[in-house]
Amino acid sequence: MSPGGANSPRPRPQGGVRLAARPDAGAAGHDPPTEAALTTTLLATDGLTVRFGGHVAVDAVTCAFRAGELTAIVGPNGAGKTTYFNLISGQIAASAGRVSLMGEDITRLSVAERCRRGLGRAFQLTNLFPDLTVLENVRLVIQARERKGFGLLSTAASHSGITTAAEAVLDRVRLADRAGSKVSELSHGNQRKLEVAMLIALDPRVYMFDEPTAGMSVDEAPVVLDLIAELKHDSDRTILLVEHKMDVIRTLADRIIVLHNGALAADGPPAEVMASDVVQEAYMGKALEDV
Amino acid sequence: MLTAILSGDTPRSRILTVLLLAVLVCLAAAPFLFPGVRALETAATICIFIVLVASYDLLLGYTGIVSFAHTMFFGLGAYGVALASTHLGRSWGALLVGTASGAVAAAVLALLIGLFSLRVRAIFFAMITLAVASAVAVLVSQLFEITGGEDGLTYQIPRALTPAFRFGELFGVNLNGRIINYYLVFAASLVLFLLLLRIVNSPFGRVLQAIRENDFRAEAIGYRVVWYRTAATCLSAAVAALAGSLYAIWLRYVGPDTTLSFEIMLDILLMVVIGGMGTMYGAVLGAVIFVLAQNYLQSLMGVAAGAAEGLPVLPLLLDPNRWLMWLGILFILSVYFFPTGIVGRLRSGR
Ligand SMILES: Nc1ncnc2c1ncn2[C@@H]1O[C@H](COP(=O)(O)OP(=O)(O)OP(=O)(O)O)[C@@H](O)[C@H]1O
Ligand SMILES: [Mg+2]
Repeated sequence: MSPGGANSPRPRPQGGVRLAARPDAGAAGHDPPTEAALTTTLLATDGLTVRFGGHVAVDAVTCAFRAGELTAIVGPNGAGKTTYFNLISGQIAASAGRVSLMGEDITRLSVAERCRRGLGRAFQLTNLFPDLTVLENVRLVIQARERKGFGLLSTAASHSGITTAAEAVLDRVRLADRAGSKVSELSHGNQRKLEVAMLIALDPRVYMFDEPTAGMSVDEAPVVLDLIAELKHDSDRTILLVEHKMDVIRTLADRIIVLHNGALAADGPPAEVMASDVVQEAYMGKALEDV
Repeated sequence: MLTAILSGDTPRSRILTVLLLAVLVCLAAAPFLFPGVRALETAATICIFIVLVASYDLLLGYTGIVSFAHTMFFGLGAYGVALASTHLGRSWGALLVGTASGAVAAAVLALLIGLFSLRVRAIFFAMITLAVASAVAVLVSQLFEITGGEDGLTYQIPRALTPAFRFGELFGVNLNGRIINYYLVFAASLVLFLLLLRIVNSPFGRVLQAIRENDFRAEAIGYRVVWYRTAATCLSAAVAALAGSLYAIWLRYVGPDTTLSFEIMLDILLMVVIGGMGTMYGAVLGAVIFVLAQNYLQSLMGVAAGAAEGLPVLPLLLDPNRWLMWLGILFILSVYFFPTGIVGRLRSGR
């Protein structure tokens, strides 16, 4: 799979930015991914479409995501960003099109199977195990990653490696002091942090963050953003980030794609996408700058 | 050491610890503490129902699955022993074969029901179990050449387990096979209960709790929810069948009323809820309270009604035939005051 071949998006009749051949490594990024990593497509969607009744929520989106790249996905409310994620991670079945992960077609696989193959997802609406402790939430993720779920005759507590790893993740999101609390007792900001912690604990090849800092206070958000920046150092992974805040996108993204009414409206390096007329007029002014 | 036997899941309440210890001691020494046929009968029933209710708690309390087929699995184990003893003759081998085939049959049937219906909505599973359980109950009473129909089956078990086998005296109690039988039931129940306690505290048990809390997220972090639900259903069914086998060995009789009836299914539900769902120890307290009430509430009320004779209304309310009404009131009160069950209440009120 070469960057100019099967993975390049279908040319769309629009006047904005198109994904031309990728500029040399580091054109817009901050930690330039290596040449080798950039040529590896981890995740690709091909004509991905879903219709709800007559409404086309995601409209033939063709896009490839490479290792070592952080792609910001922007678009106004209801543009289909979350639905696009749902199609990729399998919560919603596609009406048409394909999703492939590391070259394999995963369109028909279950959510769990996609996850086991390296697709990790954090949710826009916090989605945790409310009656279990913070530590147990993360422990369950690591237990899943280690494929220990069918252990029947050992106690969970005896797998101290899993617990230690879970504590380490909690430490990274500054939640270690709440490890023993029930999730339902956490503040909204801390629940958002836990949501991110669970994705990090999964250690996937593809990270999908859906507005990770939404509703967080100004002093909480940087913890999460720093973590995402840290993840970028690993050139084996790819990160998809749905985000409304332009300053965040400016500092983190290597690439921006714009969804509008479910369709891919623009795709390219941040500077170009932000500068493009179509995006300026149609989305930046209204949807993005005001947040 | 003790914590390891309990799989690290200690009672976490002083009163609960005391209550559980009291139950353990009373059951362990029942033949000597409470001599008499009826008392031993009650003690054995309590042991068996603790296992039966605990296995239901694995499903309802830990995994969040509502099933109405639990007595069917209980019955499979019981009929397994009865049929094997009838056809293979009185022997230990027959008990073993009957027990094993009952448990396997229960697990296989649970697998089929699970694969067929757990993929869809949870309510569908509840309905399917209701339908299958009713069908099996009808089938058992119709096929009387095989099952004895409504009359059930009586059969013989190894002599060492019957009252006819006498071997001395201890603390003024005549030692006979009935006592050996009781200790078989007691030991097997204890082991099965501790096994269930281990399972709910294992990595697998944690996944079940995650599924109960949020199956959507459990799937999203890579657990194949259907497999886990199905596995929990099979395990729970197999343990229920083992409890049924013990009941058959103890009673030397099986019939639809003692093992398959819908009434028992409701009793199990009540015992789980009264004791406290998702706690395992709730099964112990629920079964003890319920079986005691079932066996002694009636006679207690008879005594009370006699004492209240001459007073207005009271004797009428205390009539022994109204014991079910009182049990109902007890149930409503306990759910109202302890929505998390007795165990939940004791743990939070530390
Ligand atoms: N399961 C569903 N059934 C019907 N319509 C749906 C469903 N899921 C999403 N939609 C619709 O699809 C459109 C896209 O929604 P989506 O949540 O993907 O938008 P979004 O870009 O994530 O918006 P936001 O920025 O508000 O999170 C909306 O019009 C929404 O109402
Ligand atoms: Mg969204």
